[in-house]
Amino acid sequence: MSLAEINYSLLREVEQFLYLEARLADENRYRDWEALWADDGIYWVPANSGDIDPELEMSIIYDNRSRISVRVNQFLSGKRFAAQPEIQVRRVVSNVELLQDAGEEVRVGSNAIYFVSGETDDEMWGSRNEFTLRRVDGEFRIVRKNVVLVNAAKALPNLAFLI
Amino acid sequence: MNKQGAASKYADLIHSDGVAGSLYNDPDVFQEELKKIWYTTWVYVGHESEVPNTHDFVMKSIGLEPIIMTRGKDGEINLLVNTCTHRGNKLCTKPKGNARSFTCPYHSWTFASDGRLLGQAYPDGFKNVDKADLALGRVPRVASYGGFVFGSFAEEGPSLEEHLGGAKETIDRLLANSPSGEIEVTTGYLKHKVKGNWKLLVENETDGYHPGFVHASVFMVSDSRINELYGDKSTSLSRDYGNGHTEIDLRPEFRKRGEELSWFNTNKERLPEYVEQMKAAYGDEKARQIMIDGTPHVMIFPNLFIAEIQLFVIEPISVSETVQHVTAIQFKGSPDINRRLRQQTMGSVGPAGFLLADDSVMYERTHQGLKTRTGYRTYTGRGNHRERLDEDGYLVGDSTDDLPSRGIWKHYKSLMEAGK
Ligand code: FES
Ligand SMILES: [Fe+2]
Repeated sequence: MSLAEINYSLLREVEQFLYLEARLADENRYRDWEALWADDGIYWVPANSGDIDPELEMSIIYDNRSRISVRVNQFLSGKRFAAQPEIQVRRVVSNVELLQDAGEEVRVGSNAIYFVSGETDDEMWGSRNEFTLRRVDGEFRIVRKNVVLVNAAKALPNLAFLI
Repeated sequence: MNKQGAASKYADLIHSDGVAGSLYNDPDVFQEELKKIWYTTWVYVGHESEVPNTHDFVMKSIGLEPIIMTRGKDGEINLLVNTCTHRGNKLCTKPKGNARSFTCPYHSWTFASDGRLLGQAYPDGFKNVDKADLALGRVPRVASYGGFVFGSFAEEGPSLEEHLGGAKETIDRLLANSPSGEIEVTTGYLKHKVKGNWKLLVENETDGYHPGFVHASVFMVSDSRINELYGDKSTSLSRDYGNGHTEIDLRPEFRKRGEELSWFNTNKERLPEYVEQMKAAYGDEKARQIMIDGTPHVMIFPNLFIAEIQLFVIEPISVSETVQHVTAIQFKGSPDINRRLRQQTMGSVGPAGFLLADDSVMYERTHQGLKTRTGYRTYTGRGNHRERLDEDGYLVGDSTDDLPSRGIWKHYKSLMEAGK
């Protein structure tokens, strides 16, 4: 998408959606976060690199919509020990670019840096994110969220917050 | 004399119903384990299917030693030390691939995929040098069973089959679940790091006491039936095969259900191709029995855990850090069940896994707990009043008993007392 083609009002709208998604994730507002997903949503965090085929190789997260629900329900069960005591997260989402505007669906890229304070250590995470968003009844819904970790190739500690 | 001293040291630390916390966090113990366990006994390295073609290679490890597993041009598997024989630079830096030779980036020495030194840059500088003396270091003993490749740094010792002993049958049981009789490792690894000693992982793999508690959230939010398998009323067994190998044998529960593929939380209707392949391979009756029994849950000491649908390889990094490499088991030639094996594995394990993230936080907290209390000793006596021998003469207990831990420590003690 060339600079001249950018629909700035759409870009603003998309940015606001990304910030909302980020804030709900940061604040462990699991149900509100889950409500952002389309019925056919796919949540993908590849292992090793973003070039793998998740249908054939291991991913850290490769959830369809029903597994996203299981994930959220597990967080809310009170027995997701990996996320207790509550993990504190603040993330910065930046470098937001519209990658494709196909009318009904929009593809958007961004970078994110996460400061995560868990039970013992404070950690930094970083990722390249790509969302596909669809307008449903006038509101964006997430059809696809890809989170490619900068250190995906390394051995990683628990990832027990919404990334 | 020395031997006597060593023996009493471990006799003080390891008892039949508990061990000293220092065994998990003393750096000197870790150094001694490297010598007496990791660089002595058979250690699982990789699977033959990871290097299917001539000159395929994959980076692995034994203890702290970086290893390249290659398939040489003779078709044989080599376990080479990934350190250049010139000045010690790391030779191969790619996780996997296919290469006739490896060239060291430092001064450009070149080694064949079987470890021979092929060339040295500016050869005039080497007079009376026998290249054979400068071949890559290699693991002296390499052997495989059912496609699982093990290496031992000891020039002599028990054979791999002797080492595996009764646990061999668990590998046979795994392979029987594949219509082709073979499994493959093709799905890449999840690499999951924990700040805990490696033995905490080994013991937890066949700890049938914790799932009902640590994994309670999974039973609450999904239709998982594993809470039936690990409880007070379960007829599952824990078993000690000796040599540190232990299993949780879930077959008694699966046989009670008597439903094919119930072990995998699915049924015949959902995997019709697989079921047909099994019947064609084994005949109806035998296929039925195999599909009722399912795959094993076995910890092969010190580092291979076959967890029904996935393989874990335990890599010690330091006394307080361990990496678990996990991949989905794939049955060669059975795409419908393989897809499900991948999906279930991804959901359960790795840094965000529904199961493993919770296990891992227990490893980390336990490691801290064992460290901070001077003179701390664990208790591993659960079920010692009901240990019994099975028909093959192996010690068994209830699935929630500490019997596997006791078996692991008994073997550990014998290794630590034996070495020099
Ligand atoms: S260290 Fe490898 S060639 Fe010098
Ligand atoms: Fe567990």
